[in-house]
Amino acid sequence: MNARIPRALPCSAVLVAAGLVLTACGSSDDSSSSGESKSPSFSGRGPITYAAAKDSSGVVQKVIDSWNKQHPKEKVTFVQLPADVNQQRQQMIQNAETKSDAYTVLSLDVVWTSEFAAHQWIDQLPAAQFPLDKMLKPTVETGKYRDNLYAVPQASDGGVLYYRSDLLKKAGVSAAPTTWAQMQAACTKVKKLPEAKDMDCYAGQFQKYEGLTVNFAEAVNSAGGVITNADGKPNVDTPEAKKGLDFLVDSFKDGTIPKEAITYQEEEGRQAFQSGKLVFLRNWPYVYSLAEKSKVAGKFAAAPLPGLTGAGSSSLGGHNVALSSFAKNKATALDFMKFFTNEASATTFLKDASLAPPYEALYDDQALVKQYPYLPVLKKSILNAVPRPRVVQYGDASSAIQQEAYAALNGDKSSAQALKDLQSELQKSAAQ
Amino acid sequence: MVDTKIPPGTAADGPTGTAGGGGAAPAPVKASKRAWATAASGRTAALLVSPTLLVLTVVVLYPTIMAFKESLYGAKGLDPETGFISDTEPFVGLQNYADIFGEAGDRFWNAFWNTTFFTVTTVGLETLIGVAMALIMHRAFSGRALIRASILIPWAVPTAISGLLWRWIFNSDGIANALIGNQVLWTTEGFHAKVAVIIAEVWKTSPFIGLLVLAGLQVIPKEVYEAARLDGAGPLAQFWRITLPLVKPALLVAVLFRCLDALRMFDLPYLLIGAQKNSVETLSMLAQNEASNVRFGPAAAYAVLLFLYVFLIALGFVRLLGADLVGDVGGPARPKGKSRLRRGSIRNSAEVSA
Amino acid sequence: MTASVKWRTWLLYLGVAAVVAYCLAPFYWMLVSSLRRSSDIFDTSLLPTSVSFENYRAVFSPSQGFGRALLNSLIVSGTTTVLALLLATFTAYAMARLQFRFKRLILTLIIATSMFPVVSIVVPLLKLFTDIGWINTYQAMIVPSMSFVLPLAVWNLTTFFKQMPDELEEAAMIDGCTRGQAFRKVIIPLAAPGIFTTAIICFIAAWNEFLIALSMTNRPSIQTAPVAISKFAGATQFDVPFGSQMAAGVLVTVPLVIMVLLFQRRIVAGLTAGAAK
Repeated sequence: MNARIPRALPCSAVLVAAGLVLTACGSSDDSSSSGESKSPSFSGRGPITYAAAKDSSGVVQKVIDSWNKQHPKEKVTFVQLPADVNQQRQQMIQNAETKSDAYTVLSLDVVWTSEFAAHQWIDQLPAAQFPLDKMLKPTVETGKYRDNLYAVPQASDGGVLYYRSDLLKKAGVSAAPTTWAQMQAACTKVKKLPEAKDMDCYAGQFQKYEGLTVNFAEAVNSAGGVITNADGKPNVDTPEAKKGLDFLVDSFKDGTIPKEAITYQEEEGRQAFQSGKLVFLRNWPYVYSLAEKSKVAGKFAAAPLPGLTGAGSSSLGGHNVALSSFAKNKATALDFMKFFTNEASATTFLKDASLAPPYEALYDDQALVKQYPYLPVLKKSILNAVPRPRVVQYGDASSAIQQEAYAALNGDKSSAQALKDLQSELQKSAAQ
Repeated sequence: MVDTKIPPGTAADGPTGTAGGGGAAPAPVKASKRAWATAASGRTAALLVSPTLLVLTVVVLYPTIMAFKESLYGAKGLDPETGFISDTEPFVGLQNYADIFGEAGDRFWNAFWNTTFFTVTTVGLETLIGVAMALIMHRAFSGRALIRASILIPWAVPTAISGLLWRWIFNSDGIANALIGNQVLWTTEGFHAKVAVIIAEVWKTSPFIGLLVLAGLQVIPKEVYEAARLDGAGPLAQFWRITLPLVKPALLVAVLFRCLDALRMFDLPYLLIGAQKNSVETLSMLAQNEASNVRFGPAAAYAVLLFLYVFLIALGFVRLLGADLVGDVGGPARPKGKSRLRRGSIRNSAEVSA
Repeated sequence: MTASVKWRTWLLYLGVAAVVAYCLAPFYWMLVSSLRRSSDIFDTSLLPTSVSFENYRAVFSPSQGFGRALLNSLIVSGTTTVLALLLATFTAYAMARLQFRFKRLILTLIIATSMFPVVSIVVPLLKLFTDIGWINTYQAMIVPSMSFVLPLAVWNLTTFFKQMPDELEEAAMIDGCTRGQAFRKVIIPLAAPGIFTTAIICFIAAWNEFLIALSMTNRPSIQTAPVAISKFAGATQFDVPFGSQMAAGVLVTVPLVIMVLLFQRRIVAGLTAGAAK
């Protein structure tokens, strides 16, 4: 006990100083002043918890163990949440609603930041204490709400285009396509090969769930459109957005995308690609190592997502860590968050569980690139990435997107009508 | 539900006469019952009933009342200046309820009809299949335990797992499509999504009705059938005039609880088809969806409306079952013939076995 | 006559076979899927191309804590079933045999409690249990589970007790039994199929309860099997460990069935033996 007090005092003094620096350097608008008034004091040391989905690789426990070895009096317990993201979010919200201190550090999906910050379920963090400048900028943006930092990137993720390099080569296509038109042309050539005549061209995630939001956002962004503009206002009823949505709608109509892809989530798409039914597949980096063990092993490669006129933009995936407002021992928690998101931990996460690191330098590390050949592609994908709409009512926004995009893909609505309806839905939800 | 159509008296006609002593039974029963209905029996009853009520109060009544209260509040507002959601929820009175006739109405009524449709179809099919299962198992003497254990399996598989299993089966490249040789996209919007949910739900819960009805069949004494056979009743007549009326209380309780569960159906459509699919969204899914978007007020209002809906259905069942369950012997509302048959015949059987 | 009997026997066997096939076919699919290698998990062949136990090994790997979770499930559902049946027997006895006011009201009230969607009572319940320090305890799962199965148990047992003739009890009481003894020695053995079936159904309902068990616990040492299964994760966020989920499904179902088989013989045999005395 005695040892803890003198230790906590200088520490909180440092934090206060850091907070001052932060507000001094922060943006000049009034959001930083509101941030300051809400800025918590990170005090208290002792045992804390880290709440996240269980990971089968065991790497999270490994990193936590190494922290626990160094900090025997400030041990971290790993609270394992269900694998389903909706259940994770539900558990966290339930604990926040009951102001429970069961969870200290939370692993948040990148799209939850605004909602958790606006409800004040998580504390604003001192940005200066994290090496954010070493991280890929789009990943850092996902941790911010109204220009204040609420969550720190732990792992990132971006979409990549998997393609059958063997078939492309055989059909005389030398490079991976960078536009949708090139992709379709390559596909036409490949399908002339006798072994590929029954194959389908392209698939992503089009089932009515979060994956459709991701794929819709990518199509719109890759055609130069936006869902929300720089001020966070919905602006999706535009010719650019229509071109993006039309790519998906027309591809379904002309069979470029097989009709069963309307039921695809990540795993169904992977299944189709691995069993040799697809030439092109939009998916996440996790597919790479699994496909290497399937019958298409050695016959495929990854490329950045194509777009309308040039390289496309990915949606950002990944997880950030945030600090629960209702937790105890926040000084320990802040230290742990720094430890958990540092470059060494990121390297461990990449090596052991192939989690995409937020740190730019790791993508250029030759040894790592040898282990994960898709890293340079992924880096491009993340740097070109656009975050999904950053709104407080993200759940509503995403539902509206799914509803309208699904109707358009099914042919229940014209893409123009779907976008018009989506615009008004998003405006309604933003007005709440 | 076929059973409700049988005139209550018909069952008793045949066997009562052959069972003999039935006619004499009511008088002593009535007397003894009256003797038991004293203040002491009221106290005993209170003692016996109160633990159950206590548990139910703590776990269900308290949260239910909290939910009623919650349903009078709206969603927390966002302060555009600070960017924070306010701490308190605005009191909106009955606005959340009124909304079902306004803007949010379409989705609510869609969910309402889905819920009703699923309940009617699944419980109807389950009753048919469940009763058939029970009759078959009741007849099968060799390996009955093994058969009973195997029909228990669908009910024993956790819903979460069975949802995943069926999603896999109904996958676009799954076994269901491989077997029917046609690519049906089960998990897309449309009537086929409803069919998928019904198939999976009926598979999972028919055993529930089957088991309870089987238990009901097993307490029917064999003598009743023998008597009926002596009367020359064929198998079909035996079923309609003896089996069904005698098994009716057990069947009705099973059907009642299936209805209550079906009306609150959530996991299976959620896992199998997915959230926010208009074709399969039920009231529970709607309430869960509102709650997951942190609109606890409307979520609670939907839950309360669902509660009231279920309550009405249950009241109907209580009326149907009332005579068998709560009716006091000798009470004026009670169809006497049936109880006389049961009491008389079972006593006979007991005498035989003793 | 004999021809028709034979024909009917065959029809019966056919019916039995149909029922068993209907119930077991999807379960068979679960079993087959659980025995596939993760590389050919997407197959639709009716037999696994090569039988592999890798999914079962994954389920029982120490980090999953699945053995412990099965034990916890057994504790929670066992206790729930015993307590719920005890309380329900008392209540059902009163309902079936005693005359008192408000009977219909109480029965309605009991059933009314099983009408609220569980998703809507989780948050208030979590608040309550946090306040009284019940988080991460068995009672936080047992008490809610009990309240979910009690209405069914009470109603079910009431119908079964009601079907028993009360002359039997009266005869026993004339022979010198107290009312309690008469009930225990006469009615319970006769209602055994009903009681046993109710117990199975309560046990399974408690065994499969998920939402409450998930919300009220956050330590692996206390989680139940369905909660443990929900935490099965693939190598990444997107990769669904379908094989091990199916293996776990088999593993939580089969012990239940075996237990029911064993207990069924014992209990039913025991009770009827007691009745004959």
